[in-house]
Amino acid sequence: MIDWGWLAGHVDAIAYRTGQHLYLAAIAVGVGFAISLVLALVAARRRVLYPPISALAGILYTIPSLALFAALISITGFSVVTAEVPLVMYTLVILVRNIVAGLDGVPAEVLEAADGMGHTRRQRLWRVELPLAVPLIVAGLRLATVSTIGLVTITGTISDAFGGLGYFILDGYHRGGFPTEMYAGALPSILLALGADFLFVRAQRRITPWAQTRALEATAS
Amino acid sequence: MGVGASRAAVVEYQHVSKRYAAARPQRGSPAAPGAVNDLSLTVPAGKICVLVGPSGCGKTTSLKMVNRLIEPTGGRILVDGVDVAGRDATELRREIGYVIQQVGLFPHQTIGANVAVVPRLLRWPAARQRERAEELLALVGLEPAIYRDRYPAQLSGGERQRVGVARALAADPPLMLMDEPFGAVDPIVRERLQNELLRLQAELAKTILFVTHDIDEAIKMGDLVAVMQAGGRLEQFGPPAQILAAPASAFVAEFVGADRGLKRLSLSRVGDVALQPVVTARVGDPAGEARARTFADPFPYLLLLDAADRPIGWISQRHVPASGVLEASLATPMSPLLDRRTTLKDALSMMLDADVQTGIVIDRTGRLRGVLSVEAIAAALRPDADPGAIAAGTAGAGG
Ligand SMILES: Nc1ncnc2c1ncn2[C@@H]1O[C@H](COP(=O)(O)OP(=O)(O)O)[C@@H](O)[C@H]1O
Ligand SMILES: [Mg+2]
Repeated sequence: MIDWGWLAGHVDAIAYRTGQHLYLAAIAVGVGFAISLVLALVAARRRVLYPPISALAGILYTIPSLALFAALISITGFSVVTAEVPLVMYTLVILVRNIVAGLDGVPAEVLEAADGMGHTRRQRLWRVELPLAVPLIVAGLRLATVSTIGLVTITGTISDAFGGLGYFILDGYHRGGFPTEMYAGALPSILLALGADFLFVRAQRRITPWAQTRALEATAS
Repeated sequence: MGVGASRAAVVEYQHVSKRYAAARPQRGSPAAPGAVNDLSLTVPAGKICVLVGPSGCGKTTSLKMVNRLIEPTGGRILVDGVDVAGRDATELRREIGYVIQQVGLFPHQTIGANVAVVPRLLRWPAARQRERAEELLALVGLEPAIYRDRYPAQLSGGERQRVGVARALAADPPLMLMDEPFGAVDPIVRERLQNELLRLQAELAKTILFVTHDIDEAIKMGDLVAVMQAGGRLEQFGPPAQILAAPASAFVAEFVGADRGLKRLSLSRVGDVALQPVVTARVGDPAGEARARTFADPFPYLLLLDAADRPIGWISQRHVPASGVLEASLATPMSPLLDRRTTLKDALSMMLDADVQTGIVIDRTGRLRGVLSVEAIAAALRPDADPGAIAAGTAGAGG
């Protein structure tokens, strides 16, 4: 069943791959979020640009990663850039749509009040629209993070230097199915996904106390 | 900044028009009819001017052109003599209070922060923002310690609307724009909010442009009422008593309603009408002398008072004993007690409820001031009557 000896001999490797897994996922979500925010703000300001931006993000999502790696290796080689490009691309569709939905969800009367009281466009965006979009933005980040943690594995197809915990899954598979090694890759990555999701939920509670007012109301009365 | 130390602005509409661009402009098609047409009116400083008219007649458009949320297509609007078109829009808006029906509080900010929005935009020191927010919450009747740290979702509709008013007052603007501010709350809360706004206004004396489609609200709130018709055409502009006593057109007459005579009753108060004297006597007075006096008066009742001149009740002249002293037990309390602040409408209603022709008017300490009869109320309604607010309305009447 479980080869405890193998595990004992690979504690350092598992720790290293866990760190690498987190690092690859964090860069992908971070860069993806930055790009998505810019695209969403452009789309929110110029409505006509939203359908093409959204459609483009949707098309990028459908490109197979292996084909992409093959194409990228000829340009960026076996570098971390090659590994990150598909991961970043796959986050865009979720993040752009959620950020735009969050901005769209700001009630019209809130915007009117903000304008009527003398906010500039920029003040309105930073003080009113983005804070109110936070719940949907965080929902997008949770989805993007969990799916990216799952996808990091595929970067192992570039070379053994990548893949995070997925390295163990691929390696175990290539050995004709070595369950202990495959579990050593799969279980920690599931835990990473759950842990990241939990942290986002905690963080959102902290930064959007107002979104919990219904719960507060219930406990207060 | 003290709440009392406030300024008020003069607002002038000069031939203001607004024509919205057609949704899908087509060559050859006639331009969209104007939402506002050649609107000219002047709101003096410190007055409440109500824009009233049926839905879609251009009230909101007229209001939003003042703080430039909408730009006019013709004419100009002056605030304190300065054309708003020449002002920086955000700067202008920070000097004008703005209250809307849906309130539009920021859901993600506490009540305290919501009230301090404009002071924050104006970069007041944080301590002063907090102080001002608390001062205003107290002013609109919300205990700061209770409400300051709550979120809008935790408030009732009426409480939210109060916060909306407090927020608009935060930077002590000389002008307030209020678009159907009490339209979304139930009638009881609306009545209370209206009364509180009038109480605040008595203290603050802001210039207020107030939009409503409810003629009763317009009459109650307005020092001046502008009745508008579809297309933003001004039908009549004047004090509410004048609108009611002398509607300038069939449209205005129909809009104010067939009961406009009754509505005028709510504009005058008991204190505006000359009270009638009445034969009185105090408990313990000799009955014979009182009986003689009441038979000498055409009004067949004696009003019995206690030692402090507070009314106890009526004694029919036939039931006043010929000898002895007057006892409190002889009197029947039946007339409603009115005071100078009671509106004639309420006074009449109380008299009808009690099934009497006469109300007893007392002062603040409960002492008798006189009586008010149904006939006196009817007289006050006649176009040539002169008491109080009704007099203001009769200028130009009779045509
Ligand atoms: N943004 C807009 N674009 C086109 N037409 C508008 C717009 N806002 C209002 N209107 C039209 O202008 C007229 C006056 O509207 P409004 O000022 O909102 O009326 P009110 O506040 O008296 O109900 C209406 O016929 C309305 O349909
Ligand atoms: Mg309106």
